[in-house]
Amino acid sequence: MRVLELQINGTKRRVEVDGERALLSVLRDDLDLTGAKYGCGEGQCGACTVLIDGRAVRSCLTQAASVEGKQIITIEGLEQKGRLHPLQEAFLSVDAMQCGYCTAGMIMSGVGLLKKNPSPTEPEILRAMEGNICRCGTYPRIVAAIQRAANGDKTAKGGAR
Amino acid sequence: MNERLKNDVELEPERYELTAGPAYQFELGEMQRRDFFKVLGGGVVIVLTLKGALAQQESGGGGRRGGGSRPVEIGAWLHIAESGAVTAYTGKAEVGQDIRTSLTQAVAEELRAPVSAIKIVMGDTDLTPFDAGTFGSRTTPDMFPQLRKAAAAAREIMLDLAAEQLKVERGSLLAANGKVTHPPTKQSLSYGQLSKGQKIMKAIGAAPLAPSSEWKVAGKTLRKINGRDIVTGKHQYTPDIKLPGMLHGRVLRPSAFGATLASIDARLAVAPGVTVVRDGDFAGVTAPSQEAAARAVEAIRPEWKTTPQVSAKELFAHLRKSPNPPLNNAPAALTESLAAAHQKLERTYTIAYIAHAPLEPRAAVAEWKDGKLTVWTGTQRPFGVRGELASAFRIPETSVRVIVPDTGSGYGGKHSGEMAVEAARLAKAAGKPVKLVWTREEEFTWAYFRPAGVIDVTSGVSRDGIITAWDFHNYNSGNAGLRPVYAIQNQRNEFHRSDSPLRQGSYRALASTANHFAREVHIDELAGSVKMDPLEFRLKNLKDERLRAVLEAAAKAFGWGKSKPAANHGFGIAGGFEKAGYVANCAEVAVDRASGKVRLVRVVTAFECGAVVNPDGLKNQVEGSVIQGIGGALFEAIDFADGKILNPRFSRYRVPRFSDTPKLETVLLDRKDLPSAGAGECPIVGLAPAVGAAIFNATNIRLRSLPMVPGGLQS
Repeated sequence: MRVLELQINGTKRRVEVDGERALLSVLRDDLDLTGAKYGCGEGQCGACTVLIDGRAVRSCLTQAASVEGKQIITIEGLEQKGRLHPLQEAFLSVDAMQCGYCTAGMIMSGVGLLKKNPSPTEPEILRAMEGNICRCGTYPRIVAAIQRAANGDKTAKGGAR
Repeated sequence: MNERLKNDVELEPERYELTAGPAYQFELGEMQRRDFFKVLGGGVVIVLTLKGALAQQESGGGGRRGGGSRPVEIGAWLHIAESGAVTAYTGKAEVGQDIRTSLTQAVAEELRAPVSAIKIVMGDTDLTPFDAGTFGSRTTPDMFPQLRKAAAAAREIMLDLAAEQLKVERGSLLAANGKVTHPPTKQSLSYGQLSKGQKIMKAIGAAPLAPSSEWKVAGKTLRKINGRDIVTGKHQYTPDIKLPGMLHGRVLRPSAFGATLASIDARLAVAPGVTVVRDGDFAGVTAPSQEAAARAVEAIRPEWKTTPQVSAKELFAHLRKSPNPPLNNAPAALTESLAAAHQKLERTYTIAYIAHAPLEPRAAVAEWKDGKLTVWTGTQRPFGVRGELASAFRIPETSVRVIVPDTGSGYGGKHSGEMAVEAARLAKAAGKPVKLVWTREEEFTWAYFRPAGVIDVTSGVSRDGIITAWDFHNYNSGNAGLRPVYAIQNQRNEFHRSDSPLRQGSYRALASTANHFAREVHIDELAGSVKMDPLEFRLKNLKDERLRAVLEAAAKAFGWGKSKPAANHGFGIAGGFEKAGYVANCAEVAVDRASGKVRLVRVVTAFECGAVVNPDGLKNQVEGSVIQGIGGALFEAIDFADGKILNPRFSRYRVPRFSDTPKLETVLLDRKDLPSAGAGECPIVGLAPAVGAAIFNATNIRLRSLPMVPGGLQS
């Protein structure tokens, strides 16, 4: 066991954990940040996606100890002062969800893409999102939501933080 | 359960999971027969009992189905608080079909209250009226009118109360926007002031309902009512629930299907706070963290007794063995019309097992408190799972509460409650609440599959394109959608039960997908045999106006017959009927002959399910059906050998992804003159045959097995 100091959603969080534990279970079980989901445990579905220093990563394959000192953003950290991130708004506007279990991971992957590429083309969106699974089949709506966030509100381009 | 539904369920033998026996037969003895094992130190408690004497005693199979009847009083369905907050109650579960939204529309429409004042409590066996389960596309035709009736009855009572209190003519009052107004005097009373929060015990009766042509809230798009909680990550699915003192559970899974547990050695599982449980063939652990639970269960050395199991390569031959009912001689008229046909066609189609693979795997949180068991779990049958729990633990159903948080999808795959039973067994042994979340591999292995099947079709067609004879036999996959809508004089359609090597059960649209695949591909083949356009051939043999309408609508939007496909592209069309909905698909595929890669370029879907309740929500369901259908059509298949699943991961079991998505166009036919039907299932049935026809159109290669191109097109 060791004490990790994690920067999560702009706040310093101290957790006493076995250093080999996956970031996903530390977020969910120790810090009650359950927005990131377990879907496969092998980095194949994207439901556990969070941002590490602005980059979308699979938290199920990331050791918690490896992200000490890095900026971790989860779905819970996107909303700022009661204002949703433009991509969250876009998901609502185009109803880009059904059961919603993949949604947090989709949004975090989408935000990661928009940070890197504020105006992605459709093929670029498909490539960036290929690792995220939606079993309900809302892919076209998710693409539309990302396009909407990219083209609409200019603040979308900066993403969260 | 109403008669219609009862009939549906009885007519659909492929709901195998509803009639299967219980997953476990527990002894439930605690800390007995210690002589059979060692109680180990270090905080480990082994709770071990032996399978045997105590057989299942209570409701048995009946318990799995659950029982009950629908209350008649308004208060069981609807409550208006003094604040004006409206709560409606339904035993249905939200699994992504967005009935939380459409049922809110039902209440808002008839009660005439703002959507924002309405909350729906769903799938809680202590709070909601009994419901047989969320399956069979029954919510819209059944629960939608039920809540409308309850809301309309409550509205009439608000009018009665207002007339009394304001001492005015009841007919001069207006119910709107959560209050009753008397326009001449401009007096008004809110529903909250009128109800004073009291439960309305009056029977629902037959208050007038707004005809769909006059709907103000229903019939218009309403966005997912709890969408904000989803996009912010606030909504708690079952795996997100945490109770004070809760432990994490894991189940020891058998080495193969059909294996029984001969013995376990749990010495290496020893760790602080770990409990190992064995009860008959069930064994599992609880631990303070999921990692510790995983380590503990992996450390158990079990000895399994296995029996020979059928493997995938022998599957179809196996399914044809010992059909029930057996294949009899065809009736004379059928034999004669087949013999007299201009063209006779005999073909076999096969369907692989596929997995639902809901992104939220099976999960349950169980708590025993003051003699009562409460389980939060993602199931489509809260009352059925309550019955399973009562039965497994031999307690009355009144001592069990099942709560279903809005769940990460089901597609017919979450009708059974084994995860709830497992979590409850572990919690009982540990004496603390336990959370159990199945791993993806467990979900791919120990859930049930869409049945595999073999379908034989023999048909005859006249020179001018009339189908004169039809002999259709489905082995194992099921009889939903078994009968053709085509007008065929001499026909026989039979479903034959087989012995299934894998555990199987309901899947979105049941066997309708398999039966439509075989039938519609066969129709495409027949059309080709008389050199007719497949749309023209269908229309020639089809009297059903609703199916004709969707076929024509899809064809029109697609531009069917207006242009020829580009090189290595092909067009296909198919249609069908299921659960009171009508669907037609036109598909365009592109085939790379060198690599064998088949890409879906474009799919047009026309769908009709009576009066549309939530247009964009419906469109979302239709699109989702098409995209999910791509998997079963092109590449999804469960591979298995010797009682093991060989591809129990997303890295080995390919599901549709972003790049598989074609350009989609959806045409909704809104029939305001017809009652609203459900839409979660029907729109999946026509895709595979339309794609198969398109592949044939592009390549002249006829594919008769689902999935069609798991390893690319082999030419």
